[in-house]
Amino acid sequence: MSRSCVQTIFYSTAALISLVGLAEATYLTVVFLSGETAVCGGSPDCFQVLGSSYAKIGGVPVSGLGALAYFSAFTFATFAAFGYAQARRFFAWTVIAMFCMTLWLLFVQAFRLHAFCRYCLFSAALIFLLTGLVVARPVAETEKN
Amino acid sequence: MRRYLPFIIVIGVALLAVGSGIFFYRAKRSANPTPKISKADTAPSGESIHALGPKDAPVTLEEFGDFQCPPCGKLSEPINQLQKKYNLRVIFRQFPLPMHANAKEAAFASEAAARQGRFWQMHDVLYREQAVWSKSTDARALFNAYAGMLQLDLGRFRKDMDSTEVQRQVETDQQRGADIGVKTTPTIFLNDEVVPPKQINPDELPAMVEAAMKKAKPSS
Repeated sequence: MSRSCVQTIFYSTAALISLVGLAEATYLTVVFLSGETAVCGGSPDCFQVLGSSYAKIGGVPVSGLGALAYFSAFTFATFAAFGYAQARRFFAWTVIAMFCMTLWLLFVQAFRLHAFCRYCLFSAALIFLLTGLVVARPVAETEKN
Repeated sequence: MRRYLPFIIVIGVALLAVGSGIFFYRAKRSANPTPKISKADTAPSGESIHALGPKDAPVTLEEFGDFQCPPCGKLSEPINQLQKKYNLRVIFRQFPLPMHANAKEAAFASEAAARQGRFWQMHDVLYREQAVWSKSTDARALFNAYAGMLQLDLGRFRKDMDSTEVQRQVETDQQRGADIGVKTTPTIFLNDEVVPPKQINPDELPAMVEAAMKKAKPSS
């Protein structure tokens, strides 16, 4: 398999993961804007997390910022899949920023709110996957070299 | 063509995300419209009244309710629909029953929300999520979360929940109910006439309201 083919598969996978995250973050943003409470199978934890003061940054819902971040990751991954070299670097930095934010949000849920929101955990899992891809990417590329 | 493909994909996804977001938002807004009138009126005695609909409505529906009482929860949406259909004046009075562990806290939460002009929004959330907070050992954390969802000033909300004014408001409603013989929830009055408990259900209440409307406007 050629190097470009590996890269295409790599970044296409990353784009798909980002797309799933974008859908989830868009859903949560709409729920937030419509003033509804998000339901997590009858668990009260969602309300505690999504209704907390940590769910907003300067009045902007964190889910909205998440949607923007996922869209950026999707855009850079798509361009990287089509061979745009600069996009790979932007993709890596975007994912690293998302990873740092995810760590902070997990810390807040575990130690400040003492409640976990399933949507947030799902999103964290997606970002860990993306981070895994970013970390694995140079190894795969080196191996092919 | 391949050169433009990533641009087309990205623009397509952006349009899809924004479009589906707007569609979903509209669908949610039409499913749960915000009550048009949500401010508390003030009675001559100085007490706060939570009322929906015009003051000169031909029929006034006054409910003594407990946010933790399941039949009250089942009636909440039908009453909202009746209010819209007949342009009723709906008045909600607090009557938290002692057997419901979180009912009084819920009443305080609704009164604290009322102080920021969001009584009816909190009323609807409390009934909608009744099954969740009723079983919670830390209902207050959930009420704070609901307040956050309703974009209330959380510091003020927490302070108001513990304030003597809010507690007095709930006690005033309870006392008013006790004075006129309210013992259980929901107790409903239509133009000051008590609705028999057996007819307080989503199936029979509309007919009772219809009859009250006819009685109030015999010519129409």
